[in-house]
Amino acid sequence: MKQMLKSCTALTLTLGLVAPAFAQEPLKELGKGEGELSIVAWAGYIERGETDKNYDWVTNFEKQTGCKVSVKTAATSDEMVALMNEGGFDLVTASGDASLRLVAGKRVQPINTDLIPSWKTIDERMQNAPWHTVNGVHYGVPYVWGPNVLMYNKDAFKGEAPKSWNVVFEEMTLPDGKSNKGRVQAYDGPIHVADAANYLMKHKPELGIKDPYELNEDQYKAALDLLRTQRTLVGRYWHDAMIQIDDFKNEGVVASGSWPFQVNLMEAEKLPIASTIPEEGVTGWADTTMLHAESQHPNCAYMWMEHSLSPKVQGDVSAWFGANPSVGAACKGNELLTDAGCKTNGYDDFEKVKFWKTPVTKCASQGECVPYHRWVSDYIGVIGGR
Amino acid sequence: MTAFAEPLVLPERRGPASRLSDFFWRHPHLLLTVLLAPPLLWLGIVYLGSLFALLLQSFFSIDDFSGLINYEFTLSTYRQLLSETNLDIILRTVLMAATVTVASAVIAFPIAYYAARYAQGKWKVLFYLGVMLPLWSSYLVKIYAWKLILAKEGILTWIFEKLHLIWLLDGWLSLPVVGGNSLSVSYTGTFIVFVYVWLPFMILPIQAALERVPGNLIEASSDLGGTPAQTFRFVLFPLALPGIVAGSIFTFSLTLGDYIIPQIVGSSRLFIGQAVYAQQGTAGNIPLAAAFTVVPIVIMGAYLFMAKRMGAFDAL
Repeated sequence: MKQMLKSCTALTLTLGLVAPAFAQEPLKELGKGEGELSIVAWAGYIERGETDKNYDWVTNFEKQTGCKVSVKTAATSDEMVALMNEGGFDLVTASGDASLRLVAGKRVQPINTDLIPSWKTIDERMQNAPWHTVNGVHYGVPYVWGPNVLMYNKDAFKGEAPKSWNVVFEEMTLPDGKSNKGRVQAYDGPIHVADAANYLMKHKPELGIKDPYELNEDQYKAALDLLRTQRTLVGRYWHDAMIQIDDFKNEGVVASGSWPFQVNLMEAEKLPIASTIPEEGVTGWADTTMLHAESQHPNCAYMWMEHSLSPKVQGDVSAWFGANPSVGAACKGNELLTDAGCKTNGYDDFEKVKFWKTPVTKCASQGECVPYHRWVSDYIGVIGGR
Repeated sequence: MTAFAEPLVLPERRGPASRLSDFFWRHPHLLLTVLLAPPLLWLGIVYLGSLFALLLQSFFSIDDFSGLINYEFTLSTYRQLLSETNLDIILRTVLMAATVTVASAVIAFPIAYYAARYAQGKWKVLFYLGVMLPLWSSYLVKIYAWKLILAKEGILTWIFEKLHLIWLLDGWLSLPVVGGNSLSVSYTGTFIVFVYVWLPFMILPIQAALERVPGNLIEASSDLGGTPAQTFRFVLFPLALPGIVAGSIFTFSLTLGDYIIPQIVGSSRLFIGQAVYAQQGTAGNIPLAAAFTVVPIVIMGAYLFMAKRMGAFDAL
């Protein structure tokens, strides 16, 4: 029995390793649509008006191109990578922590930007972004992006936005006269270590942190120490947007790193909630629509990539998700996003955002860095009180 | 007398179905094999097979440099499992499971006793409904409801305030381990929700056990001068013990494996189920996740062994 299991494992392994070596040549010219298209996406990224009929950017695409769109939603970047490894999908909306892994694993193919007329309308800041461009080759088109802002309760801060992330990292008395202990939250994901590193970059320059995702042992240790202080202030860490909203409403939480999504939802309910980008800058996410290396429907996929860059779609997605469009034109004249939407979601703060990427051992800024899986186990330890 | 005219061995019947039936009648073992093979194959391959495949993973390790899984036999993953952080997680989960089990037993016993001994007719129906009804509604809805009840600005705090007992709640929350910023971010909150959710699994076996205790034994005990306390201590409790142990298997193992309650109500400190989820889903460290799943298997193995010796399965 055991022998058989071993053979099975070995067989799976061999199959996995001997993945067909595909010539990584982008499509030369666009043909007719294949009638079908399957996309792996974050929840809320591909809407066909089922949740709210105003938010629909699929139905028209299907009518125009005849490509029937099917969506597989994924909850984490790791899930997306796993699904793409499995195969059978055409496109994926990958975040910065997944995109380079997909490129390195040869699960996605380079794209021919000449086949996407709207490519030149893309925000210049995004066009050659390192999370989808490797050695000058583009592996996808930017979709939308967003910052991890500092959300706060206006009553507790007496209407004045906190200037620094120190309100969630160090014990202090808030403007309303009470301590911040038990009234702040932090993200329940190992990537939050980068937020701590980002804070230290400014406040402990002697550590020499150049990139919050590339930390050597000493810098990493300092970040963990900061997070241990934070543990004494945090009652519960958040990872579900709706639970965080509930905690701000019922749990007396007044400050936390968050997404524009939560801020917009609570502002819509007329709660005294606002967000800010503190002096240290913020971390953030930027997603890219990438094409599977063995896509069965490349023509439909190219049509979708073109469609996804239209100002209307970009604006609608941004309004729905609290994100920022990759096409500047989407900021004006979109009914759902409104003209103020881009500013609200942080469109002008691109420079202050340090975009998400997976920490790896071989890092660019220094010799050797602490890899992601150690971030995972150590962050568990920090939350557990170690 | 005509019966004697028929031969002792019947002639073979025609038709494939009849022949098949005769064949199986002559070979009863074969019939058993055919009937049992599919479920056994399911149990053996799909269930145990995947379990072994998982356990096998725990003897691999993850490469620190690339984050890829190294498919060579090693015990280093288990060394990692025994690190301080991970031992904390295991200890935390086992302690929680144990307290939840004891509390469930204490609460369930009087309820089950009433239902088994006193409830009649429609009251008995009402009792069953009362115990089962929570099981029919969604588990997630119940937990989210509890999160709201236990929140800092929730109804429980409000009641304590109205009764001028807020000092009691604050005093409890200021205690070290069990306290916290509010009930919903403390171990106390996690504990309350666990007890609420698993209580029916404790009540039903205890009730079944109590119903089997003959009433005349209790009467005999008091006839012989036993006080109610003595009757409970020496007659009722030992006879109901198998039921309690059977119920505790449910509450204990369900608490060991749950990863949703501590995620929604609690202080974000991980339990075993969450650790497995985080290692497998986020970190891609399948060997460590597999090693973590071995822990509840070992604990439950020991627990079931003890339960068997206490006679929990005699009534099955």
